[in-house]
Amino acid sequence: MFLTAEEEAVLAGEEGPTRQQLMEILVAMGKVFEAEKMVPIRSAQVSGASYKTIGRWGLEWLSSLDAKASVPAILNPVGMDRIRWKEMDIDPVFAKNQLDVIAAYERLGIRLECTCTPYYLTITEYGDHLAWSESSAVAYANSVIGARTNREGGPSALAAAILGRTPAYGLHLVENRTPVFTFHVEGAPEKTDESWYGALGYLAGKIAGNRVPIFTGIRPSRDQLKNLGAAMAATGATALYHVQDITPEARVFKFDTTSLESITITASEVADVYSSAEPDAVAIGCPHCSDEELTKIAEKLQGCRVKKPLYVFAARDVITRSAKAVGTIEKSGAKVYADTCMVVSPALEQYKTIMVSSGKALSYVPNMCGAASVIGTLDDCLSAACR
Amino acid sequence: MILHGRGISQGTATGPLLIGPDPISFLSGVDPETGIVMEKGHPLEGKDITGTVLAFEYGKGSTVGSYILYALSRSGHAPAAIINTEAEPIIVVGAIIGHIPMVDRLSIPLMDLPSGTIAEVNGTSGIVSFS
Repeated sequence: MFLTAEEEAVLAGEEGPTRQQLMEILVAMGKVFEAEKMVPIRSAQVSGASYKTIGRWGLEWLSSLDAKASVPAILNPVGMDRIRWKEMDIDPVFAKNQLDVIAAYERLGIRLECTCTPYYLTITEYGDHLAWSESSAVAYANSVIGARTNREGGPSALAAAILGRTPAYGLHLVENRTPVFTFHVEGAPEKTDESWYGALGYLAGKIAGNRVPIFTGIRPSRDQLKNLGAAMAATGATALYHVQDITPEARVFKFDTTSLESITITASEVADVYSSAEPDAVAIGCPHCSDEELTKIAEKLQGCRVKKPLYVFAARDVITRSAKAVGTIEKSGAKVYADTCMVVSPALEQYKTIMVSSGKALSYVPNMCGAASVIGTLDDCLSAACR
Repeated sequence: MILHGRGISQGTATGPLLIGPDPISFLSGVDPETGIVMEKGHPLEGKDITGTVLAFEYGKGSTVGSYILYALSRSGHAPAAIINTEAEPIIVVGAIIGHIPMVDRLSIPLMDLPSGTIAEVNGTSGIVSFS
């Protein structure tokens, strides 16, 4: 692997033990994945944020480091809203440990936003190299924006955040970004909501595994693409997909799909993912809601009073700048929380059946919360909460 | 005997060679306080890896296993060095943050290494010598 004189100096310890150790991680990753060199990155998104996963040893390692991020860096969601955790009935011991982990990252110059939607908070453009961790964010960055990132582990993303670079392998290289098969969607409705694409992704991910597909027969919006990729990354290992005539690389490269294997998914198969089971709680915001999604929820909840717990999750900055919509949503009795979600928070473990509008949450809620999950449209979700 | 591999985690260390040919999961597979292998049915079950040159195929299981290698290092029960058939991210990160020298891709299979001898691992140059 080729290293610049500057990278060699960091590896030799000339900039202190923390930067040396982190450079050693990046160089070793480069060896494992046979990278030829490093590339500079525009931003990082760091997993390993929940105390539940990294534990006291992970916290101790973070606390042993002494350095600052050199590019914008954002944390993954944690187990609770870091300000309103008491309202969520979070165990105070868990909360203390979680706040310690967040403080350790803050000391390293990582922004205190804990979100799976860093693309709403950082400038991320076509062709940018990134080191992001969270699977739905990785799928969105690669597919919807046309930026380039592998799915990083926590320590390698942190090393990239601090050193501002990552080894160039996998999806950083153009030749690995070409679709290898076609998903043809038959009978896709012209007008539909995000959940339909979540249900489609739920099916598609199981088939795709880690292969790069190109979809034909659909015309999703950005929020719909967000749900599609998140679900595929949950039921499969999708880090990049294309949609013909829609996603940026499909428009730039005009991939020739004629010789590719084609797999058909029909609208009736997607319809079968939905269920009419009655939930005892409703959760929206997996991945975290966009400004537009918060506005849409607020419009639909205008004048309603929820009768079941309704949770909405978004990044704190998005909540702050959508204060009016958030006010309307909370006036209905629903809760809009930051920093966390239905997948990673212990707060949702008390329910039996949770209705979601996300294909990713549909896939993860049973294992992560021990509750059954059903997917409904946004309208289904809100009317279930209000009856 | 001297073998050439690929240096993965920097530094030099010496210890008795312990070969556990199968993959190892450090999270829940090794006790971070004692260095004893706990995984049921593993060829090394019940063995203490403290201070050994531990040769195994590669890491498996949760990525949190990296932090267990760090924990072993803090509790004084880490292996002195690691030899893998093929390095992968869990063990690579754990070895680096635990300051454990590591090499991979030695020129002969793990089972042909001279078990019971003292091995010296140079994780910077990738050279391993047995005596």
